Amino acid sequence: MKILVALKRVADPANHNKVKIPAAGDKIDTAGLEWQINPFDLYALETALRLTEDGKAPKTRLGEVVAVTLGPAETETNLRSALATGADRAIRVDTTDDALDGRLVAAALQKLVEEEKPDLVLMGKQVVDGENNYVGQALAELLDWPMATFAATIKEEAGGLLVGREVDGGVSTLRVKFPAVVTVDLRIVAPDSVRSSKTAEGFKYPYEEVRFAPLPAIMQAKKKPLAVKKLADLVGGATLSSKYVKFEAPPARKAGVKVKDVQELVQKLATEAKAI
Amino acid sequence: MKLDEHYELFRASCLRFAREKIAPFVEEWEEAELFPRELYLEAAAAGVLAAAYPEEYGGGGGDMLHGLIGVEALLTGGSSGVVAGLGSLGIALPPILALGSEEQKQRFIAPVLRGEKVAALAITEPGTGSDVAGIATRAVRDGTDYVLNGSKMFITSGARADLVSVLARTGPDKHGGLTFFVVEKGMPGFSVSRALKKTGWRASDTAELGFDGVRVPEANRIGDEGSGFVALMKNFQHERLALAFYGHATAAIALEDALAYARARSAFGRPLVGFQVTRHKLARMATEVEAARTLNYSCALRVRDGDYLVKEVSMAKNFSAEVAQRVCYEAVQIFGGMGFMRETRVERLSRDARLLPIGGGTTEIMNEIIAKGLGL
Ligand SMILES: Cc1cc2nc3c(=O)[nH]c(=O)nc-3n(C[C@H](O)[C@H](O)[C@H](O)COP(=O)(O)OP(=O)(O)OC[C@H]3O[C@@H](n4cnc5c(N)ncnc54)[C@H](O)[C@@H]3O)c2cc1C
Ligand SMILES: Cc1cc2nc3c(=O)[nH]c(=O)nc-3n(C[C@H](O)[C@H](O)[C@H](O)COP(=O)(O)OP(=O)(O)OC[C@H]3O[C@@H](n4cnc5c(N)ncnc54)[C@H](O)[C@@H]3O)c2cc1C
Repeated sequence: MKILVALKRVADPANHNKVKIPAAGDKIDTAGLEWQINPFDLYALETALRLTEDGKAPKTRLGEVVAVTLGPAETETNLRSALATGADRAIRVDTTDDALDGRLVAAALQKLVEEEKPDLVLMGKQVVDGENNYVGQALAELLDWPMATFAATIKEEAGGLLVGREVDGGVSTLRVKFPAVVTVDLRIVAPDSVRSSKTAEGFKYPYEEVRFAPLPAIMQAKKKPLAVKKLADLVGGATLSSKYVKFEAPPARKAGVKVKDVQELVQKLATEAKAI
Repeated sequence: MKLDEHYELFRASCLRFAREKIAPFVEEWEEAELFPRELYLEAAAAGVLAAAYPEEYGGGGGDMLHGLIGVEALLTGGSSGVVAGLGSLGIALPPILALGSEEQKQRFIAPVLRGEKVAALAITEPGTGSDVAGIATRAVRDGTDYVLNGSKMFITSGARADLVSVLARTGPDKHGGLTFFVVEKGMPGFSVSRALKKTGWRASDTAELGFDGVRVPEANRIGDEGSGFVALMKNFQHERLALAFYGHATAAIALEDALAYARARSAFGRPLVGFQVTRHKLARMATEVEAARTLNYSCALRVRDGDYLVKEVSMAKNFSAEVAQRVCYEAVQIFGGMGFMRETRVERLSRDARLLPIGGGTTEIMNEIIAKGLGL
């Protein structure tokens, strides 16, 4: 199986207080930010790796995972991080964050999909910066491919996937045929959420997260192919169809307090927060 | 200072480990004065335990700078004790790596790098610390065994170590009569005399160990008789550079907390950063952190590239330990009464930092080495 995973870098969510908005409110000041891959996209990467291996012998690759990002040269660090984690090769579409909107990203990915012809495109259900929850759906529409969003479980079956989606009040299960677009939710990294055709039924991964990249893999990542493409070569002269008008920081949150027990919590909720 | 990208990717991995696997539990482990043994396995699985060791024994195949970056990044979890406990292999294994036979490396090093066994280094004794060659623990040959008698003090990871690299006297020559042995848990006569209660580094176990007629087979002697002292001196270079990294890393966290607190806390109708005296204090702290970090990295890069820098490493260890004292002291000061409370991180950092001018060779001993390097 060949899987294309779309990754976007975001300001490190653990250091979100470093995000600054200039007084004019016309942009986000990105100077000095620490960048990381969007957590949901990392879950998509973990999903892709699990789908292209036998869970009990993860060192042998049974498919190809291509990591893709759109961004300036420094995003190659994020791609090499994905390669170190296990992706087989990477593509960077050269552009800058302010030259993109969801529609352009989807259009560029469409062209890449047409070139690469993967069986599956995986990505996070949304990015934690813009929270648009848009690109996956837009890409499926442009490609006219089946789609499953918010995947919490994925089992590979002949010619497609069985996808469990957590919805209000239960789980809805979809059967999608290849080629398809799937966006993933947090629970997809649970020990038994993803099963490739080679992974035995009942197998559980010994961890519940995105795998760490050990040093030998980090060193090997340097040698894996990383191609660069120009945005214009993919989307021609297409321009932004949405424009940011104004940015405002949310009001600063007061520090929380630790409570000893449920009793104290209930008491504080009643007397201080007046929430109950 | 721009490092190759693989160092930064490795740092990112260690920072993530510190954020997800250490920081949330630190308060609990500090109070318990121990972290769970499973953390060794988790650290091994994540590739952060043994990055600087050769791949043939299960390490990450990196160089010593990977090891130091690991220390620096893991300290952001907020507990020197956790890093010291996880890192005790970093002082216990190098003598085996340098002097041991292939069989010994497979037997002793590999399971430790997999996180299955815990290793400790035992040099210091109740009667002697700084004067390393003055140790009294003896190993006397008896057939194909050695019989070991003595005791060791302040041994990091000592209480739960499965194997201990013990320096013992095998001959009369002051420096040339010292030899390393690996003593294994369960050998008759080897016991943990007591677990010690400490000011700082509380999440690491520190123990006094007793050796009462322990029969150690020759197969556990590391290197030739008399090879211990030279190996130990090389080991010290590494340990001291690591402790220098503890210094700037600890100070950097204290500075970060102090900056955040001074912005958020108000007195006399303005935030603390509104007082010039506080701003200048923070400016001085930041300068010292930067100076220590720069000195440490410059030494580390030279050592990585093969220089044997005794004087400079001693300088780095001393300077960085002092910076950690001053910066943590000022951070506590900026926190006011809160800086004296166990619930703040600067309180813990200030206690953890106090070890740095003592462990791995005291400030006075470092100054002796530096003075010697100056031809004095
Ligand atoms: C938390 C912790 C963990 C440790 N972990 C380990 C470990 O894992 N393995 C291990 O082997 N050891 C370990 N140690 C021991 C550590 O290396 C020693 O404490 C250190 O080397 C100092 O030795 P000492 O405590 O015997 O002090 P001493 O040598 O008794 O020194 C006492 C004082 O005298 C001064 N002094 C000594 N000689 C001179 C001199 N020539 N000139 C001027 N002043 C001098 C010293 O600087 C010091 O101020 C640990 C210690 C601590 C506190
Ligand atoms: C163990 C302990 C016992 C205590 N017992 C009592 C008690 O029994 N009763 C009681 O009432 N209180 C008690 N206190 C509180 C103690 O008096 C205060 O902690 C102390 O006065 C400092 O106030 P603060 O902690 O609010 O620090 P802050 O006032 O918030 O000061 C924080 C930092 O800002 C600096 N700063 C503040 N204003 C200025 C300025 N104008 N210029 C420059 N720097 C400034 C301070 O020097 C300090 O470094 C106790 C505190 C402790 C730690």
